[in-house]
Amino acid sequence: MEGEAAAAKPKGRLCVICNQKRAALKRPKTLEQICRECFYAVFEEEIHRVIVDNQLFKPSERVAIGASGGKDSTVLAYVLSELNRRHNYGLDLFLLSVDEGITGYRDDSLETVKRNEIQYGLPLKVVSYKELYGWTMDEIVKLIGMKNNCTFCGVFRRQALDRGAALLKVDKLVTGHNADDIAETVLLNILRGDIARLSRCTSITTGEDGPIPRCKPFKYTYEKEIVMYAYFKKLDYFSTECIYSPNAYRGFAREFIKDLERIRPRAILDIIKSGEDFRISTSTKMPEQGNCERCGYISSQKWCKACVLLEGLNRGLPKLGIGRTRGANHETSKSIKQRNGTTDSIQSKQCGSLDF
Amino acid sequence: MTSFRLVGVISIVTLIRSFKMLMFFCLFLRGGLELLCDSVKIHNVDLEPENGEKQLTMKHLLSWVRTNLIKERPEMFMKGDSVRPGVLVLVNDCDWELSGQLDTTLEDKDVVVFISTLHGG
Repeated sequence: MEGEAAAAKPKGRLCVICNQKRAALKRPKTLEQICRECFYAVFEEEIHRVIVDNQLFKPSERVAIGASGGKDSTVLAYVLSELNRRHNYGLDLFLLSVDEGITGYRDDSLETVKRNEIQYGLPLKVVSYKELYGWTMDEIVKLIGMKNNCTFCGVFRRQALDRGAALLKVDKLVTGHNADDIAETVLLNILRGDIARLSRCTSITTGEDGPIPRCKPFKYTYEKEIVMYAYFKKLDYFSTECIYSPNAYRGFAREFIKDLERIRPRAILDIIKSGEDFRISTSTKMPEQGNCERCGYISSQKWCKACVLLEGLNRGLPKLGIGRTRGANHETSKSIKQRNGTTDSIQSKQCGSLDF
Repeated sequence: MTSFRLVGVISIVTLIRSFKMLMFFCLFLRGGLELLCDSVKIHNVDLEPENGEKQLTMKHLLSWVRTNLIKERPEMFMKGDSVRPGVLVLVNDCDWELSGQLDTTLEDKDVVVFISTLHGG
């Protein structure tokens, strides 16, 4: 480190990879100090390795990128289209966005996605809650207030992405979930005692038995590196909080993960590893995956969560389906069974239009 | 002397600057942090180093930013005397983890970027 270059530039340490340029960041994963160009190279190469080693794609597949306009999905769209060209994956890439109908939040971030469509030359499809469910999030919040609205949004978004993917006739859906997100989800599932999700949440590909498998190419990619990459490459992304509820519970897990990262950045990968190595004893009864009787979407209950929530909204009983999942689900399906006679009078949004 | 190179600074200010040893910094707030400062992303600031020293540390700058720039929810920006974990800091486009974080010394006309990784995704 005390070579002539270091003496000439007292403020800059040299990149440990090329040993020529001034280091621009410290990698959380390895603690290496590297320059911008070497960072681009290792960042992209690692994602390429994850894609190849896990056989995420097959040649000539149609792949939708779940695009919110935020940092993760913007970097994912950029890197994936770059790698697709560079390594001849032969993929047909699309951007898929969900419009939740949140004025001042989603309408702005959708503008970012529309710019990405032009910048990266990827066709964009937007599906909205309004057209899928008959409700915008603004309308839902007006009815149910600021509490619990994240439940609606989360459940609806998951299905909306699947439906959009079906409309685009894609073979796979990729999302920008990064290592920090996954570590956070592992912790949340442990705290909630949700072993079914705990065993699923670290899989790089999920839903392979369903119509559209989902995968997370950023499973091992640190949020810090994604943000640094976007910053150095001057990628155009949108960052703001949703105007409704900051999802407090997840926030605690998030803060804890970030505190851990500061002390020992490897902790994030270690938590993912623990989640991967987690095994459920064979005698444990797991919820069976079936299909929703109303819309056909995968569900472990009689009705899928989205249908239960929609039922509540349309009947003016928005509390239906909200609360602790354990037990609550059984109660709601019971109460729906009891009320089955009245279902045809309910002006409900058809959610069976998804071609499975 | 170097003060004359500054953009848009009238001569009186320049005089005070050279007299009081003010240092000029360009601060950027990104990734949602600008929302804590009335959505203003770029802040050009003049600061006076303590005890007539020629340089100033990030620790000093941070406490100044907290007192003078952040308008709401300072806990989104700071935790203890440092930035909240999850907020990235770059000094002249270089990760502050390479320059000693809070002990990083700043010089006149340094550019400091704060980016939150905690918003959206």
